[in-house]
Amino acid sequence: MALSNVLETPASGFNFENVSRNVALDGLLEGGHTKAPKPMKTGTTIAGVVCKDGVVLGADTRATSGEVVADKMCAKIHYISPNMYCCGAGTAADTEKTTDLLSSNLTIFSMTSGRNPRVVMAVNILQDMLFRYKGQIGASLILGGVDCTGNHLYTVGPYGSIDNVPYLAMGSGDLAALGILEDRFKPNMELEEAKELVRDAIHSGIMSDLGSGNNIDICVITKQGVDYIRPYQESEYKDKRQRRYKYRPGTTSILTEKIVPLELEVVQETVQRMHTA
Amino acid sequence: MNTRGLRSQLKDSVPVTGMGPQVGAYGVQDTLRSGFSSVKNELLPSHALELSEKNFQLNQDKMNFSTLRNIQGLHAPLKLQMEYRAARQIQRLPFLQSSHLALDTLKGNDESISFEDILNDPAQSEMMGEPHVMVEYKLGMM
Repeated sequence: MALSNVLETPASGFNFENVSRNVALDGLLEGGHTKAPKPMKTGTTIAGVVCKDGVVLGADTRATSGEVVADKMCAKIHYISPNMYCCGAGTAADTEKTTDLLSSNLTIFSMTSGRNPRVVMAVNILQDMLFRYKGQIGASLILGGVDCTGNHLYTVGPYGSIDNVPYLAMGSGDLAALGILEDRFKPNMELEEAKELVRDAIHSGIMSDLGSGNNIDICVITKQGVDYIRPYQESEYKDKRQRRYKYRPGTTSILTEKIVPLELEVVQETVQRMHTA
Repeated sequence: MNTRGLRSQLKDSVPVTGMGPQVGAYGVQDTLRSGFSSVKNELLPSHALELSEKNFQLNQDKMNFSTLRNIQGLHAPLKLQMEYRAARQIQRLPFLQSSHLALDTLKGNDESISFEDILNDPAQSEMMGEPHVMVEYKLGMM
């Protein structure tokens, strides 16, 4: 049914029609007993370290929604391009969508120009996008990658600030992780040493912060390729739920057994050829 | 890419184009079509991003064109704007879907993906306008 008060096709992009309705609803809900649903955050510990051969990124795997653990095995290290990965802290949906958009833009760029994207390009695209939305997109990202100019590690804040440093931690557990990194970081570390350092940093974040927990994921990016180890270390508090509840054969013991053979005689036999070509 | 120079070119009061339809033929609120008016609703956009998003493309273009004018002279933005105007006219009637292919290619939107391509796709809009009314509005006969 055509509406006669629609004079133009609606513009694409964000639609702010429901904002006044949401504000009114919030006011109603505050007095009552129900609360508006909280978005799923990844109160997180993410860390990254530049080593001699590449970049090592690490993250925990807990996603919280208010006071409840919403996802015990969430993947916080997102793929951007074959030589770049990005860890995301903040609102889970925002980090996912932002990194997805970044990855799509870089793929289009590499297809039209025929070159591999550089890390600075990804960082600038992210910065433009996050600054445009004035911090409403709650995504703090650590972007690490290896390109023709070397190994890079950048952080992008939710308001669009960037920083280029050799070691980084973000998220709610960043203070604990930064303590470990500040203590044991050395420039030009070996790969195994860097992996251990990132593991220890994430571990201290998990131990000291309520919003981080469960397993540790590590992603190693070198010129030769990417090694995404998920999980690098599982938490000792795994739940031992068995997913299948059928009884094993042999659970009930057999008391007696009687076999009655069924005698059949062949009445008619027809052979039909099957052509398989 | 967003230009970072010449922030002084940004005006403080940017024309808000969405307020157009409420003004009727005689310059007052068109009560028949858009209901009763409320000063509060018209004055303040409620979300922090609403005003800045409405005018984002306009402001970007303004900054880019003035940078280009300062670098290359007046002819550069003049030629570009002439091409934009020509490409903008290649479209179907207002109630039909136009692809804006020439305009997108000129602006470089065919090589990037942003929220404008994902959210609120006009091809999947749930509201349909009355064709006669939309054409009359476009031609200024409303």
